[in-house]
Amino acid sequence: MIAEIGHAALWLAAALAILQMVSGALALREAEGAPSPYALYARPAAVVQAFLAVLAFGTLLYSFAVTDLSVKLVATNSHSMKPFLYKLTGTWGNHEGSMLLWVAVLALSGGLLAFAERRLPERTMSATLAVQGFVAMGFYVFLLFSSNPFERLPVPALEGVGLNPLLQDIGLAVHPPTLYVGYVGLSVAFSLAMGALITKAVNPNFAKVMRPWVLGAWVFLTFGITAGSYWAYYELGWGGWWFWDPVENASLMPWLAATALLHSVSVLAACDALRTWTIMLGVVAFSMSMLGTFLVRSGVLTSVHAFAVDPERGTLLLILLALYIGGSLTIFALRASSIAEGKRFTATSREGALVFNNVMLCAILAIVLLGTLYPLLTEAFDVRVSVGPPYFNPVGAIFAIPMFVVMAVGPLLRWKDDKVARVQPELAVLAAVALLVIALVVFLGDYPLLPILGLALASALALAAFLPLRGRKLTRVPTATWGMVVAHFGVAVALFGMASEGAFTEERLAAVSPGGAEEIGGWTVQLESVDPVSGPNWTAIEARISASRSGSEPVILAPQARNFWSPPQATSESALLTRWDGQLYAVIGDGAGIGPDGQQRWQLRVWWKPFVTFIWYGGVLVAMGGILSFIGRLQVDLRRRKAARLGAERRMDQAALALSRTATEPAE
Amino acid sequence: MSQMKPKHQRMTLVIFAMIAIVAAGLIAVWALRNQANYFYLPEEMAATPPQVGQPVRLGGMVQAGSLITLADGVTVTFRVTGNTQSAIAVRYSGILPDLFVEGSGVVAEGSLQSDGSFLATNLLAKHDENYVPKELEGLEGHDAQDKVAETTIGL
Repeated sequence: MIAEIGHAALWLAAALAILQMVSGALALREAEGAPSPYALYARPAAVVQAFLAVLAFGTLLYSFAVTDLSVKLVATNSHSMKPFLYKLTGTWGNHEGSMLLWVAVLALSGGLLAFAERRLPERTMSATLAVQGFVAMGFYVFLLFSSNPFERLPVPALEGVGLNPLLQDIGLAVHPPTLYVGYVGLSVAFSLAMGALITKAVNPNFAKVMRPWVLGAWVFLTFGITAGSYWAYYELGWGGWWFWDPVENASLMPWLAATALLHSVSVLAACDALRTWTIMLGVVAFSMSMLGTFLVRSGVLTSVHAFAVDPERGTLLLILLALYIGGSLTIFALRASSIAEGKRFTATSREGALVFNNVMLCAILAIVLLGTLYPLLTEAFDVRVSVGPPYFNPVGAIFAIPMFVVMAVGPLLRWKDDKVARVQPELAVLAAVALLVIALVVFLGDYPLLPILGLALASALALAAFLPLRGRKLTRVPTATWGMVVAHFGVAVALFGMASEGAFTEERLAAVSPGGAEEIGGWTVQLESVDPVSGPNWTAIEARISASRSGSEPVILAPQARNFWSPPQATSESALLTRWDGQLYAVIGDGAGIGPDGQQRWQLRVWWKPFVTFIWYGGVLVAMGGILSFIGRLQVDLRRRKAARLGAERRMDQAALALSRTATEPAE
Repeated sequence: MSQMKPKHQRMTLVIFAMIAIVAAGLIAVWALRNQANYFYLPEEMAATPPQVGQPVRLGGMVQAGSLITLADGVTVTFRVTGNTQSAIAVRYSGILPDLFVEGSGVVAEGSLQSDGSFLATNLLAKHDENYVPKELEGLEGHDAQDKVAETTIGL
């Protein structure tokens, strides 16, 4: 019964999406400023639709929580003996459930926009809601016709099949929902951009409405990518933190576009420049979200993320993708010339630097996009290739390095027009820092070029991030500026972690018998014992490894090689030892036969990764910067609203006073 | 640039952006042709071997009876066969993938050595019951049973 309620709610939500789309579109037929009888329905439709979509998701969550095995999705993806938390997270650990989550978040953000946003002209709002309804409708169709999560089994299953053990992790509770909120937040930015484009209202006022959505989406994407990267790092047991896997790229591409959009929408809000460019980026950012969803959900890629391979779904998603991207680009092409030029600025100004980095971000986006799609294209010609770090790292660096340089300098420049000569002392200091680091690293040892450059740029950037605060009273710096400082510093920290991991990682692979020891990166790693252990739905062999550095108290690490039985699968559970200056990463492999000393040996793989944790600290800092900036904008907005209200009250009082005075005058 | 009309400024921006994006595209295409990692079946590798040291991927079945662990306990050698009788000797140091056994499918990333053997830096194997590396789909000797398992799981 519960599942049927969810199913019905989904159908009703789809109907409301159509109502929202039609009423929003009809409202546009009225002349400018004239009230439309149709406009009335769009906002309530969006709000009720949000409620229904969330209800639908709630019923699926309930079905998973009680393991209702008559629902096909639950039977194929859950198991009655699974830990309760993983029963819940299993709701979105499969194709249908994750698409329902996508749609629920989409409807929720659409509802929030319709409910809370009062600053935009009503016409622009109608167009925006129409576009949002159109986007939502496509996904309802997709969900209801090709991926119905509420489908019942004719005969309830006796027991569920289980969830892929790789997905039985707390990471799954966090990673997909945050990424989805990010993806979907960009859909609102897209709808707003389209709405403004259709009604020719691309101006700073519109940018101020769009900015919190972009900022919010970007914060969630940053968190999602950071969490996903750390999850892959400790869960897959390969010691890497980024594999340039197409699915990872699918989340990176919207982030790159959103980063560009975030900066350009700020320029539009602050000084009314970059109008067309902002709209274009809004389209690109959401297109990348859609493409990401397509790549991950259509089954064209084989990975742990591709839950189901079904050509029908792939085709339907591709049609949606073509419809949205093609449609928005057409509108853009038709309307772009109607956007008036914004304010001017010179090349050596804050805007100039932002534009440069925007273009660099787009270039990196193009490189990642081509590298991701290339294997799919060649496969059409029956040539199988894979594209990996040897392509992405150097080619991406061609554009990333100038970007980091300009990122260090840009915030020091003034808006509109500035001279490089004015910031020459700062530039000299930054260049000196970078060169010093290069000299130091080259002196220390023989390391690859890119990590050396990365270390130098990271040090210069870390310093440059705080330079905008120089000579200012710290208590009077606006919160949004702190946001920028923290986010830019976070980029420097993450870059430092990546470069350090790339340059200084040490690895040791050996067959060790209990009692045997290995030396790595100043650590002594000793295998003490290997024992069988078992968990709620797995058995494993667990190694006890003691690690000590320069004679200090040894710490016990316990990596496992696990075997799950439902579904049957083996995974490797790495063990991590975190110190402020890096991480020791240990993985246990198979038995490696009998050693020369007559004892059973085990394969042991250990890495010492200096400062690798800085990658994720940096990612979190970047997201924190985004949050600070969000709070800062909100503060300013609330203050302004309060001032406006007080002003209005004062005017009313004065008017009332004047009125009473004139009213009482004759009596005197 | 300071005295530019807004319209000209917009043109300059558009041209700059176009140049950068086109440059990125050209560099990407050029690099992809050089850096993409081509996939070989054993018979293809025997017939038209890639250059020594060039990173490629070799996919096939692990020949039964060919898997040997060397004395150091972490290096294995095995032979990979494809649709014909030709087999390529592969050498790999590291922890084997979880479901790597004789007779299973494997994709080895690495490069051909001057002695004609293949030095693998990474092995990809079936990573669970449902997943087969894409390159191995439709390869003989791998099918019947697995295909049945693949299509029936969850029913």
